[in-house]
Amino acid sequence: MAIQWTDDVDKALAQAKESGRPLLLDFTAAPM
Amino acid sequence: MYPEARVTKFISENFIPVRLHVKQHPEAMARFKAEWTPTVLILNSNGEERHRIEGFLPADDFLAQLHLGGAQVSFGDQKFDDAERRFRDVVEELPDTDAAAEALYWAGVSQYKATGKPEPLQATAKAFTERYKESQWAKKASVWAA
Repeated sequence: MAIQWTDDVDKALAQAKESGRPLLLDFTAAPM
Repeated sequence: MYPEARVTKFISENFIPVRLHVKQHPEAMARFKAEWTPTVLILNSNGEERHRIEGFLPADDFLAQLHLGGAQVSFGDQKFDDAERRFRDVVEELPDTDAAAEALYWAGVSQYKATGKPEPLQATAKAFTERYKESQWAKKASVWAA
């Protein structure tokens, strides 16, 4: 199961508020 | 990035996942006070930080920390029954991780918060006499011993 990442924090925050789902923020320096 | 299927499955099923590369999103690092990488933050649905994982962890320990984060979200939302279940999942499924002792502690606290009864705290203190005896969580729970 591949993770469906987003890099839009504010959009994700809005989605979280609407859905009640928590967020996971992954800060990385690894090549993407 | 996460080669273990059980980690990707847990993230996909429990969180809205946001990945921020430090070079592309330095403002986000400052905004959320992420001062090292990797840093993983778990926020509740209001955007409030509930758990922080700084630095690399092997898969079992990382998964245990993700479970802890999810449990802390429920605890902060005062969903104590759900929090207790999530904490106990760590103890039962990942008992050899560093997070397990912390999870045992908070499982007892969650049960106390749900019931208002002191017995779960006493039971937690007793449980720590049988496992994780040298942990700081055992020391924290020792005050509850009957």
